Amino acid sequence: MRGTEAFQELLPLLKDEPVVHANGFICRESFTLKDREANFYMIGSMGLASSIGLGVALCKPDRKVIVLDGDGNVLMAMGTLAMIAAQAPKNLVHVVIDNEVYESTGSQRSLSNRVPLELVAKSSGYREALRVNRKEEIKPAFEKLMNSEGPSFLLIKVEPCFDPKTGRVTHTPEEITNRFMNSLRRP
Amino acid sequence: MSSFTSKTFIDRLIRENFKFFTGVPCSLLSGLISYLEEVEDAKYIPSVREDSAVGLCAGAYLSGSLPVLLMQNSGLGYCLNAFTSLNLIYRIPVLVIMSWRGQGGKDAPEHIIMGDISQKLLETAGMDYAVLKPENCDQVLETALKKINEEKLPYTLLIEKGLFDERH
Ligand SMILES: Cc1ncc(C[n+]2csc(CCOP(=O)(O)OP(=O)(O)O)c2C)c(N)n1
Ligand SMILES: [Mg+2]
Repeated sequence: MRGTEAFQELLPLLKDEPVVHANGFICRESFTLKDREANFYMIGSMGLASSIGLGVALCKPDRKVIVLDGDGNVLMAMGTLAMIAAQAPKNLVHVVIDNEVYESTGSQRSLSNRVPLELVAKSSGYREALRVNRKEEIKPAFEKLMNSEGPSFLLIKVEPCFDPKTGRVTHTPEEITNRFMNSLRRP
Repeated sequence: MSSFTSKTFIDRLIRENFKFFTGVPCSLLSGLISYLEEVEDAKYIPSVREDSAVGLCAGAYLSGSLPVLLMQNSGLGYCLNAFTSLNLIYRIPVLVIMSWRGQGGKDAPEHIIMGDISQKLLETAGMDYAVLKPENCDQVLETALKKINEEKLPYTLLIEKGLFDERH
């Protein structure tokens, strides 16, 4: 499946959950397909979507919190997987769009063709870690994880396909903060 | 004046509504962290790196908590990208309690250069800070709270050796 198809499958499954996005292509694709107030678009600070999501999950234990990450981002902050596993928030679902490259910077190879990230998550101590290769598998896997206790990890294997004409996030960073905080203030 | 200890300082922060603490240890901050691990009204979450701790604090702030990051100045380099491309542009504040190793050139070799440039790095990045002392604590906290609550920007307290009790 192509990266964009993974987003097309996944985004309609979202309700009002906070979603913290990794930088680059992940933000742009999600923003272009379906902008949401509860989306935190992290445009810089590569690697930190997972720790931001962990902070939200720990402080909002009654909300399911989703991190939408990239393989390069995960590899940059692998220690955060240990932090998530150790804190074990039941309400955190960590989804990774794994295209095995740094697509946003020109598709240089990452390491995730050799290093199975779902096994890293599982052995770190995530309660559940799934890998899906076909787009029909996304819905059942995601729904299973959303309906069970986390922390859980969903690795979606995709082929790079990013269209550089895809828009950039047009909200300013301060607007992103305010929108996201507003969405979290609602019960 | 009541005595200035790890306990009185943390209790003061908790009264100011800082209840989410994380960080990477430094011996100069060991008394603070030991107290945080036993106190009921706050939680201390161990981080594996200082930049992950910045991310964690950002998530806590976005969820309505006031976060504190405890770290050694040797972790400042790890944090600069997070401070400049997350906190400063998104207006996500955090109170940073940063031990100042290498201050005045008197420390182990690995701390000397960072000890010399820590203030300059903070200034260059546009991160306001103050050197915390028992006698300026009230005034410094007032400045920090303004920065955090009104301007929504990070504020750093530099901690010199000997300010807080250490656990060994
Ligand atoms: C600290 C840092 N290093 C490098 C970059 C440049 N950069 C931006 S996005 C990106 C790739 C992210 O890779 P991945 O998480 O796999 O997402 P993809 O682009 O493949 O969707 C890189 C290297 C950056 N923004 N910050
Ligand atoms: Mg990638």
